[in-house]
Parts: sequence; C-alpha cells; structure tokens
Amino acid sequence: MIFATKENLFISYLKRDLVVSFRGKSASLNPLIFFVMIVLLMPLSLGSYSLALQKVAPGIIWIMALLSVLLSAGSIFDEDYNDGSLEQMIITPNLLFLPLLGKMTAHWISKSLPIAITAPFLGLFLPMPENALIPLLVGLIIGTACFTLLGSIGAALTVPTKDKSFLLALIILPLYVPIIIFGSSVIYYMADGMNWRYPLAALSSIFCILVVLSPLAISGIFRSSMIE
Amino acid sequence: MQWTWFHKFASPKWFYQITGKILPFLAWLTFFLLVIGLVLGLGYAPADAKQGNSFRIIYIHVPSNFLALAGYFLMAIAGAIGLIWRIKLAFWVMKCAAPIGVVFTLVGLLTGSLWGKPTWGSFWVWDARGTSMLILLFLYVGVYSLGRSFHNANSGEKASAFLAIVGTVNIPIIYKSVDWWFTLHQPATIKFTSAPSMHPDMFYPLLIMIVGFYLLYAVVLMLAVRAEILLRERKTNWVRTLVLK
Repeated sequence: MIFATKENLFISYLKRDLVVSFRGKSASLNPLIFFVMIVLLMPLSLGSYSLALQKVAPGIIWIMALLSVLLSAGSIFDEDYNDGSLEQMIITPNLLFLPLLGKMTAHWISKSLPIAITAPFLGLFLPMPENALIPLLVGLIIGTACFTLLGSIGAALTVPTKDKSFLLALIILPLYVPIIIFGSSVIYYMADGMNWRYPLAALSSIFCILVVLSPLAISGIFRSSMIE
Repeated sequence: MQWTWFHKFASPKWFYQITGKILPFLAWLTFFLLVIGLVLGLGYAPADAKQGNSFRIIYIHVPSNFLALAGYFLMAIAGAIGLIWRIKLAFWVMKCAAPIGVVFTLVGLLTGSLWGKPTWGSFWVWDARGTSMLILLFLYVGVYSLGRSFHNANSGEKASAFLAIVGTVNIPIIYKSVDWWFTLHQPATIKFTSAPSMHPDMFYPLLIMIVGFYLLYAVVLMLAVRAEILLRERKTNWVRTLVLK
C-alpha cells in the first residue's frame, strides 16, 4: 500500500484508516456515545423548562460536539506513532498532503460524521424547534469537519507528549472560536428569521481554508520534528 | 560569503555582548520616558469632559494592549525565522516572548475591566475588542504551555513555533468573527462613543507612554533572552569564562 501510485495515496490511506477503525468497533463509537450521554445530561442540570432549554439547546449541542470531536481528533496519530507506521509515512518521498488528508477524512467519516448525524435527533429530545434541525445538521457536518482538520494540527503538535488531553484543549480551543461563532449563528439566524445561508457560507469558507492549510501545516510539523 | 554578516546576528555570544552594551542606555531611556509620560498623563493632562479622571487609565491600558498584539506577531515571526533558517537564538526569543506577552495582555485586560467599572457599570462587557484580547491571552497561554511540555527543549520550541504561526494566520479570522458576533448580539444598553479626536495635551503623554512601553518590552525581552542564553550555552567556553571571571 505504501508503494501505491500518487493518485491513489488519498484513497489508500482513507481505506486503510476506515478499515482499522471499523474493525475495532467499540473504540470508534466512543465519541458518539460520549456526545449522546453528555447532551442528554444537560436537561438534568438545567431543569426541564422547555423554554429555557429551547434557547440554549443549539449552543449546548455545538459545544458538546466540539468537545467530542476534540477528544477523538487528539489521538488521530497516536496509534500510528506508537507502532511506527507514522514514521514510515513521513520518510516516504511522497508529499504528505494526500495521505494526511486521507487519514483526516477517514477520521471524520468514522468518528465526527456520526456525531453530526445524531445531533438533530438529540435536538428533538431537548427540544429544539423542528425547522431548526436542518440548519443544525448542515452546520454540524461542515463544523465537525473543521474541528477535525484543526484538531489534527493540535494532535500533530502534541504527538510525543504524555498526558496530552488538557494540553491539546488548551492550544486548540482558542482556534475553534470562529467555527463556534459561525456554526451556532446558523441556528440563531434561522430562529430570528434571517437568511441562515450567510453564516453557513462563512463557515464553509473557513472549511475551504482549512482543507488546504491543515495538511500543509501538519506535514511541515512532522517533517521538521521527526527527521533529525 | 556576503551572508557572514547575517549569521553574526544569530550568534548567542554576539547578541549577549551587544545587548550588554545597549541595555543600560535603553533602560534609562525607558525609565525617563515612562516617568515623563506618567507625570504628564496622570498629573497635567486635562480631565475628560464625560469620564472625568477615570479616563487616565488609558495611559496604561492602550500601550499594554499595543504591545500584547505586537508581541504576538514578534513571537510568531521569531518562531518562523527559527524554523526556516534553523537559528536557535530566534527560538529563544520566541520562547521568552510568550510569558512577557501573557503579562502585557493581562495588564491590558485588567486595566480595561477597571476602566469599565466607572464608565460602563460592570467589570466585564462582552464587547468585540475585549473578547478578542481574551482569546489572544488564550493563544499566548497555549504557546507558553506547549513549549514547556516536551522533555526535549528543542522539539518543544519547534512545536510552539508552529503553533504561534498557526495562531497568527487565525488572528484576523478570530478578530473578524468576534466582531461579527458582537454586532449580532450587541446589547442595546451599552453605547460606544467613537473616540473623538484627542486634545493634544491628552495625546502627547499617550504617545510618550506608547514609545516607553515599546522600549520597556525590548528591555524585558533582552533581559529574558540573555538569561536564556546563559542557561542554554552554559557548557560553552565563553559562558564559563564569563561566569567564573
């Protein structure tokens, strides 16, 4: 697989990581279960007054999705680092752009996308108005991709450190600010009767920037820190 | 051949010697500028028509916020220089700039909240500028703690240099998004009067304070980098002879 031609590098790493994550079934479901549990604990701490919950529900779902993706994206390179295959990937003469993008896409499909798809159903529990569920879903599909792309930069920076969970949150959370702002605004725009495609467009443009810059940054981090 | 002059700047020994000559002069200049600026600003500038004497905190607040932002860019540029040309001195400048930046950002935030109490009626208002500075503080803290969580100091410096650069790319996006968020959620009770053109008697002390703060930053950074050089170069001959002399 390592000797695959350049065109197939994205596909081959995507396939490999998807296979790895689906073979170890329970581990890949953990972020989703964490997300469901922590969102459903919210009414217990806020009380079941539906008006108050309705108002904060979008914010709660967005913050909890952020935490779930951050926790899982932080360990995206750990397994490969521990068994040495990350080093093998780095010392190949290929550009790292496509392999990294493949790894992140696989991570997004197996761990972040389930969270985005589950969110509207949790929105029914909280409850959120039904016409806000589509903006929530669309926003979260793009938003979780942004979370994964940025979180992977943090994962690359903290790969050799121990006890990284808090360190990772510390360095990545400030960078998540624009995504959270535009993402939750999609729903608040909807609730105020404005055109929610505007914040969605802003969110999508952040995604476009990240899709190009994040693999570049990560390959820079790996190439400069490992080859010495 | 013609690049030899450039590499001189990267030599810790040269930096240590040249800053040793500049520092006393620079420190006295900083001291006089800060004293003159403070005396003029706190004592002689006319009181503001609306805010009375409470506006005088501007003479600390604005310069420290200037330096908080400028310091972040300095840190990121130093990190980039270190990564591109593999200059260890640049990494040390970046490493030392992080805690100094934290202090300047904290001073800016604290004076801002002290100023907010008499003018807005509360210590913290979620306005665009204050929130951006708060996130800048978080960015600084991230760079600071990432650099210190590696066993190998060199790889910690590289990692935090990358984080500083990523943060720099993000700063305009963060600032714009917070600005946009603020206009969306703007509470009606708080009004921001656009700053009227300042009276020269108010403005010149501020200018002096800003220059003074820039020099203060340079002095503190030089002192920190000199300490770092002595620590990291402790096994070289020139540091040994310097210390044992």
